[in-house]
Amino acid sequence: MIEKILIADDEPNIVISLEFLLKREGFEVSVARDGQEALDAIRRDRPQLVLLDVMMPKKSGYDVCQEVRADELIKGTKILMLTARGRELDIAKGSAMGADDYMTKPFSTKELVLKVRELLGSPGP
Amino acid sequence: MKSDQRFLYAIVAAAAAVAVWIAFTGFMLWSALEPAERQPLAPLLGERLGPLVVLAWLVAVGLLALALRRGYRHFVAQPARLLEQAQVMLGTDVQRELTPAGSPENQALTKTINELVRHRAQLRGEIEEKVQEASRDIEQERNRLAALMSELSQSVVVCNLNGRILLYNHRARSLFRALSPTPALAQGADLMGLGRSIYAVLDRRLVDHALENIRQRLQRGFADPSAQFVTTTPAGQLLRVQMAPVRGSEGDPTPTSELGGFVLMFDDITQALEEEGLRDKLIQGLTDRSRASLANIQAAIEMLDYPDLEAGQRARFQAVIRDEVRAMSERIQDLAARTAQGLKTRWPLEDMLGADLVSAAARRIEALYRLPVGSDRVDAALWLKVDSFSLLQALTYLAGRLLDEFAVRSVQLRLTPASGRAQLDLVWSGQAVSTETMMNWEMDPMRIGQDSTPLTVRDVVDRHSGEFWFQRERVRNEVFFRFVLPLAAPHAELAASVPAGGESRPEYYDFDLFQTSECSRELDEHALAELTYTVFDTETTGLDPSRGDEIIQIGAVRIVNGKLLTQEVFEQLIDPRRPISRESIPIHGIRPEMLSGKPTIDQVLPAFHAFAQDTVLVAHNAAFDMRFLQMKEQRTGVSFDQPVLDTLLLSALVHPNQESHHLEAIAERFDVTVAGRHTAMGDAMVAAQIFLKLIPLLHEHGIHTLGQARAAAQETYYARVRY
Repeated sequence: MIEKILIADDEPNIVISLEFLLKREGFEVSVARDGQEALDAIRRDRPQLVLLDVMMPKKSGYDVCQEVRADELIKGTKILMLTARGRELDIAKGSAMGADDYMTKPFSTKELVLKVRELLGSPGP
Repeated sequence: MKSDQRFLYAIVAAAAAVAVWIAFTGFMLWSALEPAERQPLAPLLGERLGPLVVLAWLVAVGLLALALRRGYRHFVAQPARLLEQAQVMLGTDVQRELTPAGSPENQALTKTINELVRHRAQLRGEIEEKVQEASRDIEQERNRLAALMSELSQSVVVCNLNGRILLYNHRARSLFRALSPTPALAQGADLMGLGRSIYAVLDRRLVDHALENIRQRLQRGFADPSAQFVTTTPAGQLLRVQMAPVRGSEGDPTPTSELGGFVLMFDDITQALEEEGLRDKLIQGLTDRSRASLANIQAAIEMLDYPDLEAGQRARFQAVIRDEVRAMSERIQDLAARTAQGLKTRWPLEDMLGADLVSAAARRIEALYRLPVGSDRVDAALWLKVDSFSLLQALTYLAGRLLDEFAVRSVQLRLTPASGRAQLDLVWSGQAVSTETMMNWEMDPMRIGQDSTPLTVRDVVDRHSGEFWFQRERVRNEVFFRFVLPLAAPHAELAASVPAGGESRPEYYDFDLFQTSECSRELDEHALAELTYTVFDTETTGLDPSRGDEIIQIGAVRIVNGKLLTQEVFEQLIDPRRPISRESIPIHGIRPEMLSGKPTIDQVLPAFHAFAQDTVLVAHNAAFDMRFLQMKEQRTGVSFDQPVLDTLLLSALVHPNQESHHLEAIAERFDVTVAGRHTAMGDAMVAAQIFLKLIPLLHEHGIHTLGQARAAAQETYYARVRY
């Protein structure tokens, strides 16, 4: 089965690269450009994992995270938060909101792929 | 008279003694004769002896009385007179020479008394002089303190322990004007005034808490016990308040750890905080967004590393990189521009007129090195933000090194503006400095004559977030050091900040309030002289408020501790929302067009109420003004329920036989100058001065307290007059 990943980020410049990267890694990739769109996509497409940016219009990554965890149907979705805020406080808040892991921008794409595979428990192609 | 009786007794006693003596002599003579010898004498004496003896007795008594009278006058009456005179001098301050009279002893005593009186007068004079000298000193110190306070650029308020304001400076007044809910009306005088409570502005709990902290620190023996807190005002400003204790003076019976009051220093930190917040936001934004950009670039670059990219994909990733790099540059550019102002400097710099700095530097260099300093190219309009002390040191130090190493004959100071900054140049003609020398001069600790400091020229420049370099102008054959310094906003408003409306120094302080303590007693029991009064007057459209006449002007002035505070006044024109009768215009001189656009009574009365709170109201013919105020109570929701005194009634009380108790008539009687009669302010001023003169007169009539004054006034005939 091909695993589905949702990229939720409002910056097209990162989406281009992440989309290209993850498709290349063999995932089925969809994209959401704000928090609300991300929630809708999660409910509709049921991705196994979401790459969730914290700072997004309409709903922040924290809000999305919290709502996902509160919704019985989708609460199992793995969430890897991406953020430009590197304060320890932000990381603490992310994990309190229920994120599975957290990456601070800028990050290495190799590490990102490793984290994604680790979270999905898939050994890679 | 006691002495007269004594004199009579003495004469009677003398008469008796003479009688006894004559009888005794007769008896002795008689008994010395033989019976045979007595025989012939008996008939001889029998007829003539009786009258003779009586005659002799009378003569003897008469002579004795004369002698006694003389002696009495000499030895008793004279000292008694002296005693009376001396007693007069003891009981009073009369000083005169007593004329010596009577016995030599009496005369000597008189002279001694004269001498003592002279001594006493001399001592009194000396004491008097010392007292006057001391009070002059105190007065001088007070004035000096008041002058000092008024020059301070910080808002300072001194209060006694009850929170009553004893002293404030002009800055504090301005600050509180900005805090007042009705700034335009009362000019802040509703909040800031002598004798007013600071708790109208500051939460009492905050002040009490800070006082408690200070007390604890005092008890633990802190050398510098002060406290500070931040509070918000109703208008939303943030104030940082620093509190320092006023301790009991050394002469006080209370220990010095006891507080006598406190000093408050206010800083409006609203703007500083806003700036800081803005700065934080900028920095936060910069880091967050740079991280995001870097992430985008890094991801794109790492994608580019894949060898099997198509040309189209490659171009897309390269576009991402170019786009992000451009965005980052723009952000940093923007940040630099926006924070340039805010990040300018952390070192506390003062605003100084550039020309003043230049002339100070010139004086120092000339005095220290006898080196002529030219300063004809100075832009006189430039205000600098400088740490003048260290900058002067740097200029002097550099001039000194120029003299030492190049033996320059003169230097020039030049001050010019350049793109938002100032250039301060130290110019000389002749030899240029090598880069290495220049480095040394810039980085060496400065030495000026014998004085050395750890500071370097570079440190001084850094304090100003400025720049410093060395430049040569070949055309003019000039070489110069250039300091680039921050500019300050020109200080045009300095002149305007001097308080208007008073030729003498404003009454911003009243230390007598230190002595007064809050009494829970009713105001009625307070002495008239120690109460705080608001003396006011109104101008109206007519005489009958119940028929719709309205107040068109209120003027009021405060009296605190027997002093008329001409700086703490309330003066306001009021739009009556109805026409003014033509007849009244010549009286008060207020024309309808002067009132249009003025606030209405609904806005003005609350402000006046605040101005008059905690005071006794005083007005001439107060019943009239009070009726106008009371008519509005329901509509405005403010009620003037404080005690009221009427100068008309009080005047009638002390001068019941005078025909007129009009304001002018009383003013003439009391020799009060009438200025601006029939303006509310002018009349209030006159009434206030009259009231001050009435207080001692009431005192003579046995009226000391407010309660007595009110009761007595009610009894006077005029109290029955109703408008």
